[in-house]
Amino acid sequence: MSVSQEIPVAAAKAAAGASAGTVEWLQRALPKVVLAPSFVIILIVVYGFILFTGVLSFTDSKILPSFNWVGWQNYVKLWGFRNWITALQNLAIFGSLYILLCSAIGLFLAILIDQKIRIEGLLRPIYLYPMALSFIVTGTAWKWFLDPGIGLANTMHQWGWESFAFNWIKDGKMAIYCIVIAAIWQSSGFVMAMFLAGLRGIDNEIVKAAQIDGASNFNLYRRIIIPILRPAFLSVFVVLAHLAIKSYDLVIALTGGGPGRATELPATFMYSYTFTRNEMGIGASSAVIMLMMIASVIVPYLYSELRRGKR
Amino acid sequence: MAHATQETAVRTNVVVRALIYTGLLFFAGYYLVPLYVMLVNSVKPLDEIRQGDMMSLPALFTLDPWYSAWSTAQIGVQPTGLKPYFINSIVMVVPAVAISTLLGALNGYVLTKWRFRGDGIVFGLLLFACFIPFQIVLIPMARLLGLVGLAGSVSGLVLVHVVYGLGFTTLFFRNYYDAFPTELIRAAQIDGAGFFRIFWRILLPSSGPIIVVTVIWQFTNIWNDFLFGVSFSDVDSQPVTVALNNLVSSSTGVKEYNVHFAGAVLAALPTLIVYIVSGRYFVRGLMAGAVKG
Amino acid sequence: MKVSKLLSTSALVAGVALFSATAAAAESVEVLHWWTSGGEAAALNVLKEDLEKQGVNWQDMPVAGGGGEQAMTALRARVTAGNPPTAVQMLGFDITDWAKQGVVADLNDLAAKESWEKVVPPALQAFSKYEGKWVAAPVNVHSTNWVWANKKIFDELGLKQPTSWDELIAALDKIKGAGYTAVAHGGQPWQEATIFDAVVVATGGPEFYKKAFIDLDQSALNSDTMVQAFDRMAKLRTYVDDNFSGRDWNLASAMVIEGKAGVQFMGDWAKGEFLNAGKVPEKDFLCFRFPGTQGTVTFNSDQFVMFKVGEDRKAAQEKLASAIMNPSFQVAFNKIKGSVPARTDAEGSGLDACGQKGMKELAEASQNGTLFGSMAHGHAAPAAVKVATYDVITAHFNGEMDSKTAAEELANAVAGAQ
Repeated sequence: MSVSQEIPVAAAKAAAGASAGTVEWLQRALPKVVLAPSFVIILIVVYGFILFTGVLSFTDSKILPSFNWVGWQNYVKLWGFRNWITALQNLAIFGSLYILLCSAIGLFLAILIDQKIRIEGLLRPIYLYPMALSFIVTGTAWKWFLDPGIGLANTMHQWGWESFAFNWIKDGKMAIYCIVIAAIWQSSGFVMAMFLAGLRGIDNEIVKAAQIDGASNFNLYRRIIIPILRPAFLSVFVVLAHLAIKSYDLVIALTGGGPGRATELPATFMYSYTFTRNEMGIGASSAVIMLMMIASVIVPYLYSELRRGKR
Repeated sequence: MAHATQETAVRTNVVVRALIYTGLLFFAGYYLVPLYVMLVNSVKPLDEIRQGDMMSLPALFTLDPWYSAWSTAQIGVQPTGLKPYFINSIVMVVPAVAISTLLGALNGYVLTKWRFRGDGIVFGLLLFACFIPFQIVLIPMARLLGLVGLAGSVSGLVLVHVVYGLGFTTLFFRNYYDAFPTELIRAAQIDGAGFFRIFWRILLPSSGPIIVVTVIWQFTNIWNDFLFGVSFSDVDSQPVTVALNNLVSSSTGVKEYNVHFAGAVLAALPTLIVYIVSGRYFVRGLMAGAVKG
Repeated sequence: MKVSKLLSTSALVAGVALFSATAAAAESVEVLHWWTSGGEAAALNVLKEDLEKQGVNWQDMPVAGGGGEQAMTALRARVTAGNPPTAVQMLGFDITDWAKQGVVADLNDLAAKESWEKVVPPALQAFSKYEGKWVAAPVNVHSTNWVWANKKIFDELGLKQPTSWDELIAALDKIKGAGYTAVAHGGQPWQEATIFDAVVVATGGPEFYKKAFIDLDQSALNSDTMVQAFDRMAKLRTYVDDNFSGRDWNLASAMVIEGKAGVQFMGDWAKGEFLNAGKVPEKDFLCFRFPGTQGTVTFNSDQFVMFKVGEDRKAAQEKLASAIMNPSFQVAFNKIKGSVPARTDAEGSGLDACGQKGMKELAEASQNGTLFGSMAHGHAAPAAVKVATYDVITAHFNGEMDSKTAAEELANAVAGAQ
């Protein structure tokens, strides 16, 4: 690669001075040329398609896209649906619990595992593997495990703990918490890895200095280490937030949106209207709302990233 | 006296260690439960599962479900098992991971070492690609693939996975290269090294950890993808997730749960192996780049 | 060795791909369907072999999941990309919806030649034809208002087959009293809707069903009869066990098979589950119509919709359609599948007791005008309406609203989705 690129440079240098300017310009433009294909393609497949979805949300598209303009009608309908409101409420419950608990468990495990644990090599893959599986695979296992008739509760009864009761997945009010449990199972190990990486990256000198100053372990973590982990927290938050908003296969595999429609999330709502109810227009309008939610989480993060870059 | 305090300290220490281990092992149990359910039920005959206790060990141990899931279970009209679909997945995953990783590395390189006006905005726009829900791009993407003549082909699938992986790969490499000393690059430039030579000779050789992270991330996501696989594949390019779905979610037929679980574990094996083998490098790689501030 | 094996396999794959590419140029059909479980796929294999005898290559494109939900997503991508399959398995109003898009083929010549008009019940033709053109070949009819009962429990308690709502309740009370789960039910929206179809017929009669679910008449949807139907659903809710929600239908069937539950209300595909467990109709289990719906059949019908393909693939497509409509194939297929042939003239003596009963009742209902599309299975109204009714039925069944509100909501939901 390097050779092929330098020959023209040499050749050009030997040639007339006029064309040397062009070559130099090419040299300077090369990085942009390398970046350009990615950029252009993303412009089309991300922003172009978002625009397309935006347009669809104002049309009466049913089974395939159509371009009959109907104005705000889809949005008006959307906010009239009880399912949509439920989906948003569920996202609020699910999203906040998921992000909070995942971060807490992840951090907790990372701190524990960072105490020079002998079996770290064994534990790490056990914590990490759920992220490697898709929910087509694990959904059924969770569904069975949480089912009071055949899973955990049944086993407890057989072991003699008769009063044990765990029927959340059958209860419209509690089922969303089952989704949280399974979701935490999937991602908290990954969060642990991110925090562990952050912990391992901390300069030992700082820790030692604090210890010499007589800081207790608790204070050491509270006052010094956790503040240093701030960037890791930010990355974790962004990863979890977008996973929460995009959560789809988890719900489908675990409850199918039930009992009733009690565990519907925006992503399942959008898919269901676009693809199974043949109401693409309404599906598109819910997608636009989802994108706005995603943007409200991501854009501040991007802004802070970019400002940091400028400094 | 001093001796006694020391002993207490040791004892507290033992208690603390015991607590730490208990905590860690408790969570290990939590993470292992679904795997246990899958494994234990994959070696039971179907009658035993029907009786309704999913957690108990098999009374009669059998490997038939595994054999069936691998080579004789009904996926479509033919009883092929999951075997042929593994090849389809591999043919798709390998180039998609390679291309998206390479492009991510180049993008990260340009965005950190060849800064230009507006590079931050370009990066921001690329990054947002990570967060787009895939369901909404399905229809326009199908149209696009049809227009460029890649509909229903492996190349089309590879293209789709590459473009929607670019955001993450670029993010990983950009954060990693950001910490790479720019002086080395400047020195190489003064020595007359060009754009690609610097990348090839200086940056890439020291990118080991972040390449591991990127490859793991991309491999897992692409291998596990179902939505793109089901929409953009053709008769002879359906990936293993689509086959697995055909195996487990038949609508009005008899459900052989033991075969389903065996198939599920089989389909997940490649990603499991990747995680187990490279878990250590994964944390090291994350440390080196992805969570850097 | 491993490498060489891998190489040879990939060479083989490449070879197959090449072969199928050349075959596609000659004669081949690509069929998108969701029949992937043992019995279903074996049934479809009959068709594949029939075609291969005629030199037509079968390219299999299975996409399982629900009532073809994933398959429909895949289809949308394929059609949008301008690369539709030759034929697609489809249900009810999906066929009409796709026909409206102008992407399906016209089979009128073939249909006239083989006089499909005479042998396919008019209620099915309503879906197979769009604006007077045949666009699909129906392969089977499932009827959805069946009861599957454990004969041992019925004998033990001295129960007869109930024929009315009151007899049903009396029987369920007895079963429950004896310590069994009376009704094995899986709490998924479509399963609840399946029962609701039958309850509506039993409560208001066939005319009311038609008015409410096929004509979508507002006054019928929000009526006292509908409130009563919802009340009956609430009554049935008291006979299910605590863990019903989210359960797959075949696990519910297993409860009846294992003698843990008395009855299950489910379409005739449940029969396969019983047969597969080695049970014999009339000896180990009973099949009868949902009490109060005798003489009426609510159905869903799998059809293969033919898409517009290039001229070079047209001949193969017609061969496929013709093979699907072949009476001996329909019998062979439905024997394995558990449903009954879509042609009323097919010879039914090869079917088991339940199958023969089903076929006879289907022909009678078709003659008497009491053969109706099932709302729960997308044969009474388009998908948007269907799923909107699911919302209400399921919410009510799970105790989120009372019957009166449910009837109002049902009317609103249907109006909103139209």
